[in-house]
Amino acid sequence: MAKILINFAHPALEKSRVHAQLVPAVKSIPGITFNDLYENYPDLDINVQREQKLLANHDIILLQHPFYWYSAPAIVKQWIDLVLEHGWAYGHTGKALKGKTFGNIISVGGSEHSYSKEGHHGHDIHDFLLPFRQTAKLCNMQYAAPFVVFGVHKKEFEDIREYSRQLTEVLGRMQSADFDASALPGLAYLNQLLQLPAQTQQ
Amino acid sequence: MDQHSLLFQSMVYLAAAIIFVPIAKKVGLGAVLGYLLAGVIIGPSVLGFIGREGEDIMHFAEFGVVMMLFLIGIELEPKLLWRMRASILGLGGLQVVITAAVLAIAAYLLGQPLNASLALGMTLALSSTAIILQTLNEKGWMGTVAGQSAFSVLLFQDIAVIPMLAIFPLLASNVAADPNQSHTIRDNLPGWAQTLVVLGAVAIIILAGRYLVRPLMRIIARTRVRELFTATALLMVVAIAVLMNLVGLSSALGAFLGGVVLANSEYRHELESDIEPFKGLLLGLFFIAVGASINFHLIMESPLMIIGLVLGIMAVKALVLFILGKIFKLSIDQNLLFAFALADIGEFAFVLLAFTHQTRLLSAETTDMLTAVVAMSMALTPLVILAYEKLIQPRYTRSEPEVNREADDITEKNPVIIAGFGRFGSMTGRFLRANGINATILDLDSDRVDALHNMGINVYYGDASRYDLLVAAGAETAKILIIATDHPDQTVDIVKMAQRYFPHLQLLVRASGNEDAFELMDLGVLHIYRETIDTSLRLGVDALRMLGLRAYKSSRSARTFLRQDEKTLKGLSALRDDKKQYISSMKERIEEMEKLMAADRVKSWLDEGQGWDPESLREEIRKTDEDQLPG
Repeated sequence: MAKILINFAHPALEKSRVHAQLVPAVKSIPGITFNDLYENYPDLDINVQREQKLLANHDIILLQHPFYWYSAPAIVKQWIDLVLEHGWAYGHTGKALKGKTFGNIISVGGSEHSYSKEGHHGHDIHDFLLPFRQTAKLCNMQYAAPFVVFGVHKKEFEDIREYSRQLTEVLGRMQSADFDASALPGLAYLNQLLQLPAQTQQ
Repeated sequence: MDQHSLLFQSMVYLAAAIIFVPIAKKVGLGAVLGYLLAGVIIGPSVLGFIGREGEDIMHFAEFGVVMMLFLIGIELEPKLLWRMRASILGLGGLQVVITAAVLAIAAYLLGQPLNASLALGMTLALSSTAIILQTLNEKGWMGTVAGQSAFSVLLFQDIAVIPMLAIFPLLASNVAADPNQSHTIRDNLPGWAQTLVVLGAVAIIILAGRYLVRPLMRIIARTRVRELFTATALLMVVAIAVLMNLVGLSSALGAFLGGVVLANSEYRHELESDIEPFKGLLLGLFFIAVGASINFHLIMESPLMIIGLVLGIMAVKALVLFILGKIFKLSIDQNLLFAFALADIGEFAFVLLAFTHQTRLLSAETTDMLTAVVAMSMALTPLVILAYEKLIQPRYTRSEPEVNREADDITEKNPVIIAGFGRFGSMTGRFLRANGINATILDLDSDRVDALHNMGINVYYGDASRYDLLVAAGAETAKILIIATDHPDQTVDIVKMAQRYFPHLQLLVRASGNEDAFELMDLGVLHIYRETIDTSLRLGVDALRMLGLRAYKSSRSARTFLRQDEKTLKGLSALRDDKKQYISSMKERIEEMEKLMAADRVKSWLDEGQGWDPESLREEIRKTDEDQLPG
């Protein structure tokens, strides 16, 4: 069974609507490690050893965060800068993450349409996630398609509950023993995993 | 001397010093010349305020030299002294032997008998520790290569006096008349026993310095009577001098040794600052006495003869020193300073001349004339060094950086001084230490000083509100003064002292509460640390977290709260000049606090996190169809 690590980053969860529902849902899945970065490091003073140990002990690493300014909250950058050390995560001797899967679970303010060539932001969401994909590549990891909740400002409580149900199921599938991770890069969004025929006999 | 005349004499000396030293400093001649000048003016040659007793005063004031060597010793760690052994024995030894030989030959050629020539050679080979070291100190040149070499030579000369005093009676035809030396306990002993006595005396100083001084100082410190400290420090130096006189050694040498033994002691700075003023006054007195002893009458009688002798002797000495400096690889400018500085004849010559006179080694006229020569050469030293500074040194300014580096080597001064090493200061000190920053620590709790010293931490006992102690701790070169004392009054004293005399120091000051903080703000202190505020807020953060608030929000809240509180405090401080206003504004502050607390419940006044998921953005997006904003 694949071990999943969720590195969660939200500087103001108390104001959040999407993650307020996603977080309890994710946490309730047995066998998933939920690592709340802002809660553990309110001073952004990241314990590198602890974080590396967590990474080493998991197969799938997902960053769950709101999509701020076409990127992640500050602590995610801090985490990447400090934890993905040269010689450990990348470089000639940096093979600690080799073969693992890396991805994002994000909530986005704009609609899916606004994140397109014709849309207001002029680019696809995947373009903005390029730094994460390349980070995964440099660390010899496979980048999974992102799980995206678009247009959060217009979403009602019920809509968000549907997303958290989806995410729970997606994570459940990824956990299962015979899940084929090679299917992931072919998807546009991780959400679509549910439209594929089930690989497991549930 | 009755009391009236004693007071009158003191008045004359002090007034002369106060009038002439500032003038001399202002004109750029330096304090030593000022004292000498004062002596000349009040001496028999000009105003005649002091007459024959000048020489008695000189002997008394020579004790200033003893104190000076004690202070030099205390600044000099044994390790450093050991490193200097080559220059002390080599340079010093060669200087004494060669100069004595050359001058003895010259005296013999000038018609003196052989034994008198030898005595003269040895007498005139010595240089004036007091004048040279004081002048070099004044210029800040003690740390230079020349300063260190000069010090080595002077130290060896002090040692060389011992055998000289032993040889002189052998040279004299009339050994019985030996009033200076008859009271030492060495005299009637065989050679091996004399050696044992000398070694015993040295051992006493070392052992007492190691094992007796620390417990004694601890007891004195516990009494918290400050003048007892001064008394103890003086007693120490006087006792060493007495012991040395008893066994016929040089007091100055003994005091130097005592100083070196105490160089690593935690009471070092305190001892230094206690002795320093006495040393300064006594040396000043000594210089005045030297000035007063110059017999211008005699000089006027045979001016060419005396001036010729002074210049001749100094030229010979300077030449020998210069050649030795060359051999010991001093750079040309340092070598010139070294040669010029040590060219004079030392105060010990007065003692030896009196001795040679009594033993009829030299005729009365020769003795008188030489006394005048010695005094003149001493008076010339500061002038020669001044000439060096103005005329020669500017040509060699390139070697300046090297000079500075050398100075660092001798006295290790830390960039940080911590006053008060209790529960507050010790934490700061440990933190700095962990980051490789060394601090000079001053504390007034003798038990604590002791305990920390045993742990290998350099803590010095002393009251940091004393100017001299701060100087001793290196306040002139430090960058930061951390004031973490327990008592607010003391803190204020230190702040005032530091602001007045060391305005370059950054002051980081501990305050116990708001009241203290106000007082420090009034003094213009920029960096004030209320001692409990960070801890209580940290506790508050943990409490919030336990109640389920997010850690990040709690931390930010605490920081915002702190900023807000400091702002309020500053606002209050500005209003505080008028006491009434303060009370009313204290009331206002409580009202304000109430308002703030009420505001907390409605809209979080602490909330500065507007950037994350702002409500306004959401509202805007819900109104428009296009989502035009980032994220």
